[in-house]
Amino acid sequence: MRLSCPICGERDRREFYYGGAALERPAPDAGAADWDEYIHLRENPAGRSRELWFHETGCTAWLVVERNTVTHEVYGVALAAGGR
Amino acid sequence: MRFSALRILQEGLTNNRGWRPHWRDPEPKGEYDIVVIGGGGHGLSTAYYLAKEHGLTNVAVLEKGYLGGGNVGRNTTIVRANYFLPGNSEFYSHSLKLWEGLEQDLNYNVMHSQRGLINLFHSDGQRDAFARRGNAMENQGDDAELLDREGVRRHLPYLDFDNVRFPIYGGLLHRRGGTARHDAVAWGYARGASDRGVDIIQNCEVTGIDIANGKVRGVQTTRGAIRAKKVAIVVAGRSGQVAAMAGMRLPIESHVLQAFVTEGLKPVIDHVVSFGMGHFYISQSDKGGLVFGGDLDFYPSYAQRGNLPMVEHVMEAAMTLMPMIGKAKVLRSWGGIMDMTPDGSPIIDKTDTEGLFLDCGWCYGGFKAVPGSGFSFAHLIATGEHHAPAARFRLDRFRTGVGLMDEEGTGAQHNLH
Repeated sequence: MRLSCPICGERDRREFYYGGAALERPAPDAGAADWDEYIHLRENPAGRSRELWFHETGCTAWLVVERNTVTHEVYGVALAAGGR
Repeated sequence: MRFSALRILQEGLTNNRGWRPHWRDPEPKGEYDIVVIGGGGHGLSTAYYLAKEHGLTNVAVLEKGYLGGGNVGRNTTIVRANYFLPGNSEFYSHSLKLWEGLEQDLNYNVMHSQRGLINLFHSDGQRDAFARRGNAMENQGDDAELLDREGVRRHLPYLDFDNVRFPIYGGLLHRRGGTARHDAVAWGYARGASDRGVDIIQNCEVTGIDIANGKVRGVQTTRGAIRAKKVAIVVAGRSGQVAAMAGMRLPIESHVLQAFVTEGLKPVIDHVVSFGMGHFYISQSDKGGLVFGGDLDFYPSYAQRGNLPMVEHVMEAAMTLMPMIGKAKVLRSWGGIMDMTPDGSPIIDKTDTEGLFLDCGWCYGGFKAVPGSGFSFAHLIATGEHHAPAARFRLDRFRTGVGLMDEEGTGAQHNLH
């Protein structure tokens, strides 16, 4: 499995750390329901998913990876704007 | 059709013409009292205990593929009751007791082998942690023995005791832990349920859950609509998709866990050996293959196969622990779909929809729970009350923060449990 880091190029899966689903982080005062949803609840798609990956042993950029969880096809990798 | 040694003899002498399929294959009816979505280990045991413990037999188990083709057919067969936290401790203790009577109960050989399970430790701190766990097990009424280095060597002479990175300080021995033949467990429960009147419907995928006025009415399937007073969702890694049919989003993320088996070997590994620090566990099946595995691949997947980095990591752990394994050829690898929760512990609960029940979140530890989960889930479905050993497996514990059971102590990240 390889991911194409926009900064470093195509790298082996071992250089990356999966950081969870790419969700919109709620405002600090958004309320318990929004924070529960963000931390715990997941769409958990069988198919196209949007995920955060950290290029841990490379450039340490946070990346948004669009990937298929059934076929493992990688549709695209982009820098996560502003990190998490 | 009752199995016995006499029966085998009789059939053998009469050309084996008397054997019958182990479960019926009926057409689905238009309505049942209870529909169980998911024909895996937990779904089949739920149906069995609904019939046996509660006399509820107007029940259908709907399986989208073939019976037992999911995680129950893919696990590494370990059965144990060595959990630490309240909530988990009493549940797995109860499940193990069910395992110990299972073959007699089902009249089916599930090859339950209580060969002993050893958790290795590699430092003073780990030793103390395992002593604490062993005490918790004994408090629960289960068995645990703390072995020192020589104690482990008497059981497992083939380990690399002086490994520089992971020297073996000792181990926690759980004598009543062991293995069972996973397929037989599914088949035994299927036969038991079917004999009692439960309809097992294979190749029947649920495509919708009908809800009106906050109450479940039935399901839509690839084999027609089926009305039901109660619907129980027990589909492991597919929980997200099925729950979405009821408008629910779950605290579940599905991940791949790989497993491996070697060619058949003469008996060499007599225990289940758990090398926690190396993320590796191994046992030997009665067919002779070494069955082993390690960590998740750590990214969400429904592929039922993983990638080579984790394969390499598992093989490295195996070689580190027992260099003799280097001579064995790995025959096969595969994967399952693990329904991971934010605390690594399961969910057996009602939902906000009346008559709709949920059993999921077993992460990679569902096989040992097959009897206990089915028993407790059946109790909840039949009586509306939580079964005491499973009473803490609540769906809302993540939202409230009350009653979390984080055995790994890693916090709310689904793939870290």
